[in-house]
Amino acid sequence: MKKHLVTAALFTVFSVIALGIVYPLVMTGISMLVFPAQANGSLVTANGKVVGSRIIGQQWTKPQYFHGRLSAAGKGYDPTSTGGTNLAPTSKKLIDATKAAVVALKKENPDARGPVPMDLVTSSASGIDPDISVEAAYYQVPRIAKARGLSSAAVYTLVDHHVQGRTLGFLGEPRVNVLELNLSLDAARS
Amino acid sequence: MNTYGWVQAAVFFGLVALLAKPVGLYMSGVFQGERTFLAPVFGPIERGFYRLCRIDPDVEMSWVEYVMAVLAFGVVGLIYLYVLLRTQAWLPFNPQHFPNLSADNAWNASVSFLTNTNWQFYSGESTMSYFTQMAGLAWHNFVSAATGIAVAIAVVRGIARTDKKTLGNFWVDLTRATLYVLVPISLVGALVLVWQGVPQNFHAYHDVASLEGFKQSITGGPMASQEIIKELGTNGGGFVNANSASPNENPTPLSNLIEMLAIFLIGAGLTYTYGRMVRDQRQGWALFAAMSVLFVGGFAASYAAEAAGNPLVHQLAVAGGNLEGKEQRFGVAASALFATVTTDTSCGAVNAMHDSFMPLGGLVPLANMQLGEIVFGGVGTGLYGMIVFVVLTVFIAGLMVGRTPEYLGKKIERREMQLAILAALVLPVLALIPSAVSVLLKAGTATLGNNGAHGFSEILYMFASTTENNGSAFAGIGGNLYLNLVTGAVMLLGRYGFLIPIMALAGSLAGKKSVPETLGTFKTHSPIFVFLLLGVIVIVGLLTFVPADALGPIVEQLQLQQGKVF
Repeated sequence: MKKHLVTAALFTVFSVIALGIVYPLVMTGISMLVFPAQANGSLVTANGKVVGSRIIGQQWTKPQYFHGRLSAAGKGYDPTSTGGTNLAPTSKKLIDATKAAVVALKKENPDARGPVPMDLVTSSASGIDPDISVEAAYYQVPRIAKARGLSSAAVYTLVDHHVQGRTLGFLGEPRVNVLELNLSLDAARS
Repeated sequence: MNTYGWVQAAVFFGLVALLAKPVGLYMSGVFQGERTFLAPVFGPIERGFYRLCRIDPDVEMSWVEYVMAVLAFGVVGLIYLYVLLRTQAWLPFNPQHFPNLSADNAWNASVSFLTNTNWQFYSGESTMSYFTQMAGLAWHNFVSAATGIAVAIAVVRGIARTDKKTLGNFWVDLTRATLYVLVPISLVGALVLVWQGVPQNFHAYHDVASLEGFKQSITGGPMASQEIIKELGTNGGGFVNANSASPNENPTPLSNLIEMLAIFLIGAGLTYTYGRMVRDQRQGWALFAAMSVLFVGGFAASYAAEAAGNPLVHQLAVAGGNLEGKEQRFGVAASALFATVTTDTSCGAVNAMHDSFMPLGGLVPLANMQLGEIVFGGVGTGLYGMIVFVVLTVFIAGLMVGRTPEYLGKKIERREMQLAILAALVLPVLALIPSAVSVLLKAGTATLGNNGAHGFSEILYMFASTTENNGSAFAGIGGNLYLNLVTGAVMLLGRYGFLIPIMALAGSLAGKKSVPETLGTFKTHSPIFVFLLLGVIVIVGLLTFVPADALGPIVEQLQLQQGKVF
């Protein structure tokens, strides 16, 4: 056993150096050279300032911006406290919260057409989901058009422009990145 | 359910089936000491490593020796990570200045990563320094996976060899599994994940203000290098709390596909390696076939339940599948698929919150673990878990026809059966008894995140997950001193309590003479055998766990249909 413990200790020391230190440093070096934008967190700038990350969802409350999904991450969209509600389908708390979300959504979007999209009244798994469904974006178009004094048609076109289909035609779900869509709204104004 | 969901699953599984042979063939070369195509690069590193660690690669070990080496490595790895967690505040690469962990948290996390479980009572993004993540947790991801592969290979040698006392050299198997299998795939895979958007940096968190002025702290770290081995080694411990649901760890549907492939890759390949090493490829494909049936069944059930959605939400005039605790880019299908894959194996990474799955949708990951994670399974552990069921099956088949059972020319006798039963009992004992005890204790139920039957499911899931070294959770449940200690002990016993009898079984088989095949020999590659094997797996699982599951997910489903909330 003693012999094995010595080997185990030596193995640990040298493999920690190789796998625990050299490997991540080398991967960081290569990533910074080949994919610097992604490696640094896909940061997005507007007017010379970093306003977020393309892959991280944000909290939106103003009527002139598209809103994202409900978030259970910290006080909402906190990347340092990610996670879902972890509430069961039979949870009273969950059903009450969903009910309240439906009421609030309808109140915010009095002119919306079509049924309430599921993704706008449920919390994401990460709490920082950057996307909404295409239906969820359409649902908010009348509100945004009104708040910005744009025609609905113009806003629909903008949404369509930002729809990401299923990857390779079959992977995942169609979606719209909320931050990118909102940035293009601001760009359309100016 | 829609066509896209099925196509997605079919393409994924098609890729797994395609990759099983080349990966398995390569691994059989690696573990039979052949010179692989990577030898020009890794050969000198391998030999240098043996010299540094004073390993004599030509020495073979008996099963007892081999287990001693595994245990010695476990002891050192456990102490190392524990010390690291207790001192991380004073170590480098800690830009967020995270403090040291408390003793019970450090115990739980060290056991968790040692045993390839990666159960997490903590949130990575607010607890672990970058140094801890890479030199502690990711390192364990490599070596705990390599340990599983090494043990599986030793077990296979036990079956393949006749009249021998030894099963190989643990240190050599460990080194070769790491160097020739895990490292090359991780090097390529990590880079692909960065391309898809997984961060790989050492920055402090980036404070930003959004267009609306909303303040946000963008997290960072060496994530991609850890993400790939987390999946490939079926470890499953997230860099951040939301795990592979976080867009940091899993930003696109393509990264999702790659991560799922990484989870199945080695386990699927090992079935081919197995056939190769026992010199009868059909034996490997028979196991692959049985595993495939269980995979398809699990996915179909989970997908159906999640796509049907929550009737209580539908009453609010909101239509569609269950998206609570799911990410928009994955939707229902890719979430149900990931949940099936991560619990078919011992991975435990999640891309959706299993706690918010529909009762029957959440029953699938729970049942997958209760069957023993034998669908490709944890790297290595899945194969030797399946072999226990194979031994049980040939025994039952032997009883039916009144012959001494044999498997691949080896007589299965009293000692082998005792060991197989001993191994098979570990799961029900560890998964059920602590659940029952915890329900009775205040400390056991104090941190539940849900009421009613679902609260019980959280406990049941926790002990199935920790026993089977899975690590996924009905994550509403939180940690406390009691749970830290008990789940820590369960993880240790689940790993080594299973591994030791299996190694004893392998040692016993290796010493046997080969019995020539006759007309009366039961063909263990035939469809009848696969059917019988599935029957044994399902019946053992059902008899053991249905009474408990009836009080959890099953009763919750009935309550849901009646519109009851808790």
